[in-house]
Amino acid sequence: MMKTTTPSSTDMTGNSRRSAQATAPPHMRLSDDHLERVWAWGLASDSVSYVYRPATLEDLRAIFRLAREQGLTVGFRGGGNSYGDAALNDENILVDFRRMSRVLDWDPRSGLIRVEPGVTLRQLWEYIVEDGWWPPVVTGTMKITMGGGLGMNVHGKNAWKMGPIGDHTIDFELMLPDGEVIHCSREENADVFHAAIGGFGMLGAFTSITLQMKRVYSGLLNVEAASCGNLGEMMSYFEQHLDESDYLVGWIDAFPGGDTLGRGQVHRANYLAPGEDPAPQETLALARQQIPDTIAGLVPKAWLPPFMGPFYNNLGWRLVCWAKYMSSRIKEGPSGARYQQPHAHFHFLLDAIPFKNAYGPGGIIQYQVFIPAARAGATLATLLEMGRAHGMPNYLSVLKRHRPDPFLLTHGLDGYSMAMDFHLSDRNRARMRQLAREMDEVVLDAGGRFYFAKDSTLRPEVIRAFLGSEAIAQFRALKQRCDPTGLIETNLWRRLFT
Amino acid sequence: MTSHPFGQERPLHPETKTILVGASSGIGAALLQELVRRGHRVAALARRGDLLEENCRQANAAAGMQRAVAYEHDVTDFGTVPALFEQITADLGGLDLIIYVAGVQPPVAAHEYDFAKDHEMVQVNLLGAMAWLNEAASRFTHVRHGQIAALGSVSGDRGRVAFPGYHTSKGALAIYLESLRNRLSRRGVTVTTVKPGFVDTRLLANAAKTFWVISPEEAARQIADAIEARKQVVYVPGRWRWVSLIIQLIPSFIFRRLSI
Repeated sequence: MMKTTTPSSTDMTGNSRRSAQATAPPHMRLSDDHLERVWAWGLASDSVSYVYRPATLEDLRAIFRLAREQGLTVGFRGGGNSYGDAALNDENILVDFRRMSRVLDWDPRSGLIRVEPGVTLRQLWEYIVEDGWWPPVVTGTMKITMGGGLGMNVHGKNAWKMGPIGDHTIDFELMLPDGEVIHCSREENADVFHAAIGGFGMLGAFTSITLQMKRVYSGLLNVEAASCGNLGEMMSYFEQHLDESDYLVGWIDAFPGGDTLGRGQVHRANYLAPGEDPAPQETLALARQQIPDTIAGLVPKAWLPPFMGPFYNNLGWRLVCWAKYMSSRIKEGPSGARYQQPHAHFHFLLDAIPFKNAYGPGGIIQYQVFIPAARAGATLATLLEMGRAHGMPNYLSVLKRHRPDPFLLTHGLDGYSMAMDFHLSDRNRARMRQLAREMDEVVLDAGGRFYFAKDSTLRPEVIRAFLGSEAIAQFRALKQRCDPTGLIETNLWRRLFT
Repeated sequence: MTSHPFGQERPLHPETKTILVGASSGIGAALLQELVRRGHRVAALARRGDLLEENCRQANAAAGMQRAVAYEHDVTDFGTVPALFEQITADLGGLDLIIYVAGVQPPVAAHEYDFAKDHEMVQVNLLGAMAWLNEAASRFTHVRHGQIAALGSVSGDRGRVAFPGYHTSKGALAIYLESLRNRLSRRGVTVTTVKPGFVDTRLLANAAKTFWVISPEEAARQIADAIEARKQVVYVPGRWRWVSLIIQLIPSFIFRRLSI
């Protein structure tokens, strides 16, 4: 009955070639029961993978073994909050780490915490906040896992001051595909330490992570909101307030041009000094930090997406941004508005508003750029203009300030980042590709950098230009050492590095 | 580690990932060109490897990129289907659509009863379809995504005097597809039954009298449209729906006296 099947392929030049099928090892097929369709956070791409959810190191070892036997690759997935294809692995194994979610050790005197990779940022801050600690770096959503966060070397709204999460990582244990677990810190396996952080999971799986938390003396932040008439104003606001702020983040309305190009609103926040909060235990209480699931105590947020949907087009969203800007202008006046806000409310905007469910069938991608300070003003203005010129204004742009860090594949530099959300549809996808290509050139020309957690559009040649051939060669050498058979892959790795 | 004959799909270049079984000639060959033109990445299967390769070469040349890959395969080699299905979905990087076109219709005389011919028709037209579409159905059940399409025939709507084995194979295929539809539609999967009338292919040589004949290219265009529109049952061209309706309404005491 068995007959040899020969897949053959024909390239476009007309030469046909037949590749020998005999090389593929005969194997038992994995059960369809593990097949799942998983999505990129932006819902613009997905993959079907054999998803496994290990709870123990032994489980994880067995998955690596299984993959080797089956001739499959293994990709890692944490909270699934990467916008693009970083946590997707088409038709291969995907390890979802969310069951490895124990806090292994917490010392409220020193602020050191040791966690498994599947512990989410939410679990982390909820665990420590009542002891008077807060994670030194938090992202815009608390649904990320710490393993994923370390793999991407995530940053927060204090990146110029505190750097990325890697700067607060004391050490970690990494399981290599052969099942061996190695300990990495700035002293031990320092090269792997600096490459696995930000190495988007390509060297091995974090199995435990030790992080230094930050002491806080209140559950509240002093927040100041100010509107800025254009990008220049916003950036000088940043520069004037860098030293005296703990957090700075700018929202940009990407629709208007000319003198008001890059207008928007800055939020600046500071920790309260010891003694400033008369009742810190009250403000640090978990109940006080929880994000309400209603708006103004009335409307459930889950009801929002159907109402937001109709505005998700260039005209509707222009109106929303205009209204947001104008109301901030009126409320804040020339001197800005001041108020106090719990940490969680200030940080987790992406969880507070259900943007994502309103995206519609095309989903969104994010294009985030990191530009050296000296070139940032002109470059970011150019990028905003390009979006307008292509009829592709982005719907949410966020400005942040950064600093360099010692990690091999880092996105960090002394400068600014601008994250731009683009709403995709079948109609504008080709335009988006073109815009992304043109923006790549502008960013590279300014000596800019990119960020794997956000990327959906880059090409291998852009990656080579931004990381440099030396960093890539170093990373490949480390990959060869940690994963000699190339067992670990994701869609993003294949797209950019193979 | 794994081979990627199609390359890694890029998030901003989504391509429909398609298996096309029976792509060497006739409607299947035309459908291959049509799907590649519409931007699908197609794993094309057929028994006649040289023809298949040539079809893929043409499609890729027209697209200016590698969109079709040839897999030589005999659909009656049922035992090889599971492994090949797995290999192809890995090569494609997923699966959105499977289309079963493979079909045979050896000439059958008016009073001929040849089991060998019937056996071949049931194997190729029906059992091959079940071997391939079962694989897809199991996968689509789990991932709650996908589309199945197969070529039935207007001539599968009634058991007529002309070709008992052929009518049976296509009629049974339609029943099988209906079952798949009823199992899978609740999981977000569309099953499209395509029923062509007369199409200018090798199979047409067996027909006594023909009318409303369309080219394979025209049939492929209409089939691709119906698949994109996620139709359930579609006649190609559409007017055959009415012919078939009339034929289905003929009571048996009349039908058994007719020579249609």
